Amino acid sequence: MSVRVQEEDIDIGAELAEMTVGNHAIGGLGVFVGLVRDIAGEAAVAGMTLEHYPGMTERQLEAIEAEACARWPLQASRIVHRVGRLEPGDNIVLVACASAHRQAALDATAFLIDWLKTKAPFWKLEETRAGAHWVDARESDDAAAARWSR
Amino acid sequence: MKVLYFAWVRQRIGVGHEAVTPPPEVLTISALVDWLRTRGPGYAEAFADTRAIRCAVNQEYVEPDHPVASGDEVAFFPPVTGG
Repeated sequence: MSVRVQEEDIDIGAELAEMTVGNHAIGGLGVFVGLVRDIAGEAAVAGMTLEHYPGMTERQLEAIEAEACARWPLQASRIVHRVGRLEPGDNIVLVACASAHRQAALDATAFLIDWLKTKAPFWKLEETRAGAHWVDARESDDAAAARWSR
Repeated sequence: MKVLYFAWVRQRIGVGHEAVTPPPEVLTISALVDWLRTRGPGYAEAFADTRAIRCAVNQEYVEPDHPVASGDEVAFFPPVTGG
């Protein structure tokens, strides 16, 4: 189980290999990778800067991960989120969950990214031709997180 | 009390964090916001619509009626947009 916030790119292959090495109880790995798009609505995006709340971010990510571990039988999980300036095509976030079977791995991965998007204190400042603006939170993200409520 | 601001809240206020000493009658988040609003036009602008702002005390999300005390770390920020 691990969470990390970093400026550097995410080496996805290395992260996944670290999660599974030596653990032959793992039968499946669910993976979500978020990338910077070059379009927001109809505006071309040149880049974005991700800001976060150091300390609270890690606490929230650890809480979200602990909740996933309580709900599904996970062998390993990992959240790596980038901050700083990113450009279209860059990795933003890696969420991965390993379990004996695919359903738990896939469901836990979806749960983690949905909850991360509504709870972890990150903010995107997007650069378009009209200037830089803070991205608004989306109601669809709240709805996605709400489907995991119980 | 340490107060932190993020994203457009930080930009409107002009600083990322500050140490403040509110008067003793400031006992909740909403009272703290009312007091912060009086500190200048940037604060008034940042807290113009509190429905657009989230708050954390000691790095946990709280509601406006949550108590605050002198040793707390209080943060104000817009709804999060990571991932």
